[in-house]
Amino acid sequence: MGAPIIQINNLSKQYQGADFKSLDNVDLSIHKGEVFGLLGPNGAGKTTLISILCGLIKPTSGEVHIGDKTFHQDHKSIKKIIGVVPQEYALYPRLTAKENLLYFGSMFGLPKSELRPLVSLHLDQLGLLPFADKKIKTFSGGMKRRVNLIAGILHKPELLFLDEPTVGVDVQSKQAITEKLKQLNKDGTTIIYTSHHLREAQELCTRVGIIDSGRIIAKDTPTSLISSTENARNLEDVFIELTGKELRDYA
Amino acid sequence: MHKFLASIKKESLQLLRDPGGLIILFLMPVILVVTITLIQDSTFKSVSGNTIDILLVDNDKGRLSAEIQKNFNEISFLNPVSKIKDVRITEKEASRLVASGKYQLAVVIPEGLTSDLDTQIEKNINKILEEFEGTEDTAKVEAVQEKLSHKVVKLYFDPITQETFRSSVIFSVDKLIASIETKSIYQAFEKELGESESLQSFNRDQFVKYEQINPSLSGEDNLPNSVQHNIPAWTLFAIFFMIIPLSLNLVHEKGQGTFMRLQTTPVNYLTIIGGKGFVFLFVSLVQFTLILLIGVYLFPKLGLPNLEISGYIGLLYLVALSAGLAAVGLGVLLGTLFNTHEQTAPFCAVLIIILAAIGGVWVPVFVMPKTMQIVAKISPLNWGLEGFYDCFLRKGSFIDILPEIGLLIGFFISTIVIAIIYYEKKKAV
Repeated sequence: MGAPIIQINNLSKQYQGADFKSLDNVDLSIHKGEVFGLLGPNGAGKTTLISILCGLIKPTSGEVHIGDKTFHQDHKSIKKIIGVVPQEYALYPRLTAKENLLYFGSMFGLPKSELRPLVSLHLDQLGLLPFADKKIKTFSGGMKRRVNLIAGILHKPELLFLDEPTVGVDVQSKQAITEKLKQLNKDGTTIIYTSHHLREAQELCTRVGIIDSGRIIAKDTPTSLISSTENARNLEDVFIELTGKELRDYA
Repeated sequence: MHKFLASIKKESLQLLRDPGGLIILFLMPVILVVTITLIQDSTFKSVSGNTIDILLVDNDKGRLSAEIQKNFNEISFLNPVSKIKDVRITEKEASRLVASGKYQLAVVIPEGLTSDLDTQIEKNINKILEEFEGTEDTAKVEAVQEKLSHKVVKLYFDPITQETFRSSVIFSVDKLIASIETKSIYQAFEKELGESESLQSFNRDQFVKYEQINPSLSGEDNLPNSVQHNIPAWTLFAIFFMIIPLSLNLVHEKGQGTFMRLQTTPVNYLTIIGGKGFVFLFVSLVQFTLILLIGVYLFPKLGLPNLEISGYIGLLYLVALSAGLAAVGLGVLLGTLFNTHEQTAPFCAVLIIILAAIGGVWVPVFVMPKTMQIVAKISPLNWGLEGFYDCFLRKGSFIDILPEIGLLIGFFISTIVIAIIYYEKKKAV
């Protein structure tokens, strides 16, 4: 196992006005080259943890090291090496796929001469090249998801955060996305991934962490988790065993 | 710079691909300026252009009432009507017509005005002459002291007429009656003293006259017209209206997730808002150019006075640029503070109206109560308006507009700094 690219120590987050902690003393190490699945029921704290790791919100207490830096020390350097694929289609509907990607690529300081072939390459790999000059608002959900993924990986991030990257897409798009993620990981990108698709996580992740009520309650490889849980045949059984069958509605 | 240019390109493309938004940004201000100027110009003409019909009830039917009617005909903005369908109007009928709003004004000349005024003047002159000659006749003096009752010329006003119109009419009627009285006194003197050469040579013209001067800071002769007054005010209003689409653009971006994505990139908030601000600033200058062109070329074709801009066009653009920057700053600040369309749109719309009202866009600052005159000084629209007036009406120089553009640019910097500080603090939630 490589050196930790993410080191989280005693991380807690309590939002203003909230009477509970969204994250409660989380300790976690994620190593270079891993595909780490962050799994948990709704409201467990997955998005809060990802948001802190991306530098979108600040923790109440604790430390996060990305490589050898913290956001407090050098957020610009960290942002250069991370990529984020949010759950929403974070794209401009009136711009074409190519225009969206060129814009987001520019925000990482990539020059146009480098960006243009890169955009075409990724669009081609994800089957979107014929639609490069079509506006995003005309795209299907699956096409938008694929463009959403490309926008997060154009700058070849060392660390990629994905929040439900395959939610609401057809089988073909899902297949294309997971294949692309595998390829990225093979090329050296560390992936941190949240999903409710536990079979997908089981297939994709080298290690998973199960989070509930702001605490990491289990972390290991999918195989180890399954084998160490009585009567578990898959990751879904492990998940139910650890988090219970109770509905997790919250507002 | 590369990121900033990319932001400008993205914002421009988004704007160009939103025809509805473009129409709102460019057409609405034009419609606003043309409509308001046409309305205000016609209001101005209705007071100065001999277009208001007034009812004249002549209960005197003498020399003086004929004189009054003749003079009313000569007052440019009044058109006296004494008969309707060939029937003389009575005071009761006139009162009813004014009360119903069909006429805005009725003038009722009292019965016996000519004879009573003649008698009164004659008595006064006799007394003066007798005092001169030392032949005071007790009977005549008593007759003079026998006071005639005052004659009252009644003015019926439609309740909806504004105070300025009433004052203008009262002033004109008062001046007219005073001049008729003076003329009658001269005539009575002539009658009493005989028609000598010396009396014939009396200069009966008004001795003290007034001259209207519109001084300008450059010393040039300057005659402002309604367009010169309206264009700056409503152009500024249009420039500041830009805070609505700009703040909504920011709020919308936060809602659609793209803003969150941008927050994870190594780009600072200043670059994000800078791209938006630049595009909207450019839009405001295009708006301004469009309105100037309309003022110069379209307004004369609509029967409105021509907009005179030659000689100070550079200063006008400097004020427009500063006002545009202030509007950008305010739009960015509000877009940073608010999170929903429902919060942003109504707040911004009402805020512009308040800033315009206190800034003197609708009512000139000098007619406002003292407190509001002080409050007006805090409105960026007031600074912009004063800057435009310095150019359009006072023909000022760069030095004259420097305080106003300084305030506008200061406002821009302050709002942007507050927006950035708020944004950074909010991330800590």
